[in-house]
Amino acid sequence: VATVDTAAALQGRRFPPLSRLLFWLFGGILLFGVGWFLISNLVQHPARFAEISLIGFTNGSIFALIALGYTLVYGILELINFAHGDNFMLGSFETHAIVRDGAFQIPLLFGVVAIPLGTAATADSSTSVRIYAIAMSLFFAMLLCSVINTSIERIGYKPLRNQPRLAPLITAIGFSFILQNVGLAWKGAGRVPVPNILPKGDLFDWKGVDYSYQDLMVIAITIPLLVVLTWLVRSTKQGKAMRATAQDREASAIMGINVDRTISFTFAIAGALAGAAGVIYALYIGTSNFQLGFRLGLFAFTAAVLGGIGNLSGAVLGGILLGMVAAYNDGFGDARWTTTIIFSILILILVFRPSGLLGEQTPEGQ
Amino acid sequence: MAQLTSSRLVKRGRRFVRQHPLGRYALPALLIAVFIAYPFYFELPGISAITLDALGLKLDTVFVIAIYVMLALGLNIVVGYAGLLDLGYVAFYALGAYAVGWFASDHFNQVTFHFGSTAVPTLPGIHLNFWLVVLLAGVIAGLAGVIIGWPTLRLRGDYLAIVTLGFGEIIPDVFRNSDALPLPGGLQSSPPFVEFSRVNFTDGVRGIRQLDRPGFGDFGDTVGFLPDRFTSIDLKPWFITIVVLCLIVVFVNQRLRDSKMGRAWIAVREDEVAASAMGVPLMRTKLWAYGIGAVFGGFAGALYGSFIGSIFPTSFFFNISILILCMIIVGGMGNIYGVVLGAIVLQYLNLAGLDKIGQRLNDAIGPGGVVGLLDEPVDIPKYKFLIFGLLLVLMMLFRPEGMIPSARRKAEFEEEGAESVLYDVTR
Repeated sequence: VATVDTAAALQGRRFPPLSRLLFWLFGGILLFGVGWFLISNLVQHPARFAEISLIGFTNGSIFALIALGYTLVYGILELINFAHGDNFMLGSFETHAIVRDGAFQIPLLFGVVAIPLGTAATADSSTSVRIYAIAMSLFFAMLLCSVINTSIERIGYKPLRNQPRLAPLITAIGFSFILQNVGLAWKGAGRVPVPNILPKGDLFDWKGVDYSYQDLMVIAITIPLLVVLTWLVRSTKQGKAMRATAQDREASAIMGINVDRTISFTFAIAGALAGAAGVIYALYIGTSNFQLGFRLGLFAFTAAVLGGIGNLSGAVLGGILLGMVAAYNDGFGDARWTTTIIFSILILILVFRPSGLLGEQTPEGQ
Repeated sequence: MAQLTSSRLVKRGRRFVRQHPLGRYALPALLIAVFIAYPFYFELPGISAITLDALGLKLDTVFVIAIYVMLALGLNIVVGYAGLLDLGYVAFYALGAYAVGWFASDHFNQVTFHFGSTAVPTLPGIHLNFWLVVLLAGVIAGLAGVIIGWPTLRLRGDYLAIVTLGFGEIIPDVFRNSDALPLPGGLQSSPPFVEFSRVNFTDGVRGIRQLDRPGFGDFGDTVGFLPDRFTSIDLKPWFITIVVLCLIVVFVNQRLRDSKMGRAWIAVREDEVAASAMGVPLMRTKLWAYGIGAVFGGFAGALYGSFIGSIFPTSFFFNISILILCMIIVGGMGNIYGVVLGAIVLQYLNLAGLDKIGQRLNDAIGPGGVVGLLDEPVDIPKYKFLIFGLLLVLMMLFRPEGMIPSARRKAEFEEEGAESVLYDVTR
């Protein structure tokens, strides 16, 4: 770790005074502009502002779930798991399989193994069938995605642990393309519609601010997942092993922690979160696509970096903030520029504050 | 025993290519001759059965393959020599193509400016001499590279990768959305205090159409054999141009690799901390690599844009960056022969080869398929990125140094243990 500090010192991380001045000047103008934009919209359309904030919060929770997967893996291996976003996409496809076709489908490259579950549901099905369908989608999507994620780690990342750091990054990109094509072979290139099985109408409508059952579903699944994750990481033996491995792998191995198993476990949890996010996304947005995972995965990675990579609460905070930013721009600005804005945030954060808002927690960051 | 002979063969081959005059000059000269003469012989009766029917190598396909050879050689400087993982190389390619759109087409038809161009002199828009535009495209791309690189190159390897990826996504996005870009045109008294005028930079998804063709115009008349204007019917001048450009890139690659700068790149790639302790200026060294790579991306983009004639933001998407990266990794990072071979093979597969293989496979299997698994014809080109993804994974797992490795890269990958911690921090 000491060598890295030397490297930082040698590179001269500090800016010379003039550029620092310019940095604060431009940062100030940027923040002022964003503040002006938000406040003027809040004053002009308060109800719309509140509604867009709710949309942003809900979208942000989906980002947060995916971002947690990136941050868990990065925290323990310092590897950007590019395939994570595509894993999320497969989770949303599994929802399509379970809710529409009523079967648990296992995608193989050019064939599908299906296990009928009788979960096919539409908006007209009885409540119990619909709840059963949602529960089964959650269970099987999480299972599928964690198996995929763990297998990728075993096949592609583990043999490369002693290689230069870019080697596993390149396999991760390779796996990202492989998973995309698995999705393409599984459900085709078009959009994949998922039937809307949640009750229609609004939960409440207060002065034009409406809150639908879909919004509620997102929160109702996300919050228990976050609670379980916190419990797993904070209070179980396996979680303690994860934290120890993230801090210092060699020392943990000396202390008798099975490092390989811990890493696999981390990938399994990350995959399960991606699967859950896929289910939520499919039910909330109602459609998916085989290319969805790449871009959304990058958004989620941005969220993880924004909050501080390796930091679990940071990923949640970053996800929600990013969801809000996207929603405000979609609602009040020009939706065409949302992608550009999110990637600009990614670049600005990485350049000016690589440790994120809440500080990074990686072996290197400590 | 077999191992021993094959390794000895490889060694002999390497010595032949490096030292023997026949290998050093005759082999590349043969390759170039086969390429340049392609428009003359590909349609000959006996040969067309191989070139067109069996391989599907149409003229424009061969030309685009050559463009990608150039792109791969440009990225090789960044990834192969300096070891900076650039996932957004397509941005410079796009910038080069759009430079042609801006300076050699009727896009900005508010003004009429001609300078040594092959276009009709009454045509509105900015029309600069094509060769000037190619240089300009290189300058624009290089400047963009320096502007992007200056703040980001101090980042760690994987952060750099993701930032370049971000730029690679942003630049086509900006091109897509810049059909009415608000630019500050003056001041006003009410908020937001700046008056904006809408400027159409790229015509959005419609793209910039009818780009000028390269050519030598009047100068060509005085010299005689130089064509006035390149056409889409006679591709021979295009072929010669791309060969000249590729040769320049190869020359620069080779000279840079053996220069002081090249040694600095290798030092930075192998161990940043040690290099910087030895007095290698890290930022400047990396910035040069990034900038030079960007310049060649710009050149290739300019030539491609003018060859295609119309450019759209959708032609420059992320997958191209990965495809070029794949070429370098499959061929052999840092080895010019390897990179050229990788680019030719992969781009051939991408453009024509997979179509042909798919046809052959479906013909061979016939209707009915195999054991009920492939009961309908498999559309192989549809899954080409599955193949490229698999290639990336398999190469990294089994032959990370590439098919034709550079000796030094190979040694780096083989050197395990020592001080390299699991997921080494500094590389």
